[in-house]
Amino acid sequence: MSKTTSFLMSSVGRKMIMALSGLFLCSFLVVHLYINLFLFKSDYGVEFDAYSHFMATYPLIRPIEIVLFLGFLLHAIVGIWLWLMNRRARPVKYEVLKASENSALSSRIMWVTGIVVAAFLVVHINSFFITSRFLTPERSMFVIVREVFRNPWYDAFYVVALGFLAYHLKHGFQSAFQTFGLRGTRYQRLIDLVAMIFWLLIPIGFAAMPLYFLWAY
Amino acid sequence: MNFTLKIWRQKSRTDEGKLVTYTVRDISPDASFLEMLDILNETLVRRGEEPVAFDHDCREGICGSCGLMIEGRAHGPHRGSATCELRMRSFEDDDTITVEPWRARPFPIIKDLVVDRTAFDRIMAAGGYVSVKTGQAPDANAIPVPKHCAEKAMDAAVCIGCGACVATCPNGSAMLFVAAKVSQLALLPQGHAERKERVGRMLAQMDAEGFGACSNTYACEAECPKQISVEHIARLNREFIRAKVS
Ligand code: SF4
Ligand code: FES
Repeated sequence: MSKTTSFLMSSVGRKMIMALSGLFLCSFLVVHLYINLFLFKSDYGVEFDAYSHFMATYPLIRPIEIVLFLGFLLHAIVGIWLWLMNRRARPVKYEVLKASENSALSSRIMWVTGIVVAAFLVVHINSFFITSRFLTPERSMFVIVREVFRNPWYDAFYVVALGFLAYHLKHGFQSAFQTFGLRGTRYQRLIDLVAMIFWLLIPIGFAAMPLYFLWAY
Repeated sequence: MNFTLKIWRQKSRTDEGKLVTYTVRDISPDASFLEMLDILNETLVRRGEEPVAFDHDCREGICGSCGLMIEGRAHGPHRGSATCELRMRSFEDDDTITVEPWRARPFPIIKDLVVDRTAFDRIMAAGGYVSVKTGQAPDANAIPVPKHCAEKAMDAAVCIGCGACVATCPNGSAMLFVAAKVSQLALLPQGHAERKERVGRMLAQMDAEGFGACSNTYACEAECPKQISVEHIARLNREFIRAKVS
């Protein structure tokens, strides 16, 4: 067996694919949040629209979008594969199991939080990406955002889904570093700090947007 | 003390199995959990019933054979101790205690609470050793081992192979066990010669046996009677990467 196949066939190798793709998706969150922060600027979306226009028209962005999409797909497929494999490892369940005594809930329900995040992405991509790129490309992105966020039900769904994302990242982010063998080393405190930024601050930043629009417009 | 026990009874590997309720009376609070089961078995034998089969040997926390799932916790409610070290005073009088065998596909039930853990032996046989020609005992200080490495290697070497990590892992993964063994040898100079092959072979055997993949819940560390740290899993992952890139 070649090194690559034996890597892919190994459960640890597959975990590393989960970790790598997960961190790649996290890096996208940073860029996405940075651009979205311009929504808060009181210029009626001039600068935000400029960024959106750049994203929609600059040719280099296309391949990046495709890689990003494939990243999501890979993360989801390998995740489901591992989940099925792990379920098979315990065909008969315990009658009594006190899992809360030994592990964090976030670590045990990654498949639930993952599914909610995936569902959120479908809705999210539909209301913003599809609308602005294909349905009404001539409209201002800022106006689209404002209209979508006018619906309080949509906003509620949005905030709750981001809560699930936060919970997914709470386990996922530090877990990736354990998979790379970096936890328990001298980098531990740095990892914990960056993990906190990712699972707490970034989802809060995104959740602030619908709430802000509901309040300001 | 009096207890109601719900114990998993299963006649053979192929039998369906079910929880059966028993009561035990006048148990000393200082009795160990296994002694309490002995007392139950004596009563069962006197009544002409089949005693409950359970594994045990040293009864002092060093052999690793006594693992039981007790009221939803591997080795019972305490951290850092094996089933044989658990005393009945850890429970309240008149408690109902559910006792189940380890549950994982690679640990098939042989009878009642006894499971077949030879999957661990096969993982060890795949690489958990150092191949050296045995001759005379070497001079004590012929191979220098730094103190901190020796300490960490010993922390890993205390694994007794009980299987609580597998039993408690939501994925039925054997990562903590394999990590303890890989780590112990990776930390010592004697283990270095074969470190590249070892990690790959032991992991491949772990997967082949049907254990799940680690998802870093760290439940194993919490329930391990020897409190083996998941730091060793991180080391195993480093060994894996090292073996693949070099
Ligand atoms: S790592 Fe701990 S729980 Fe797992 S087999 Fe070794 S001693 Fe038992
Ligand atoms: S009987 Fe040996 S560890 Fe419990």
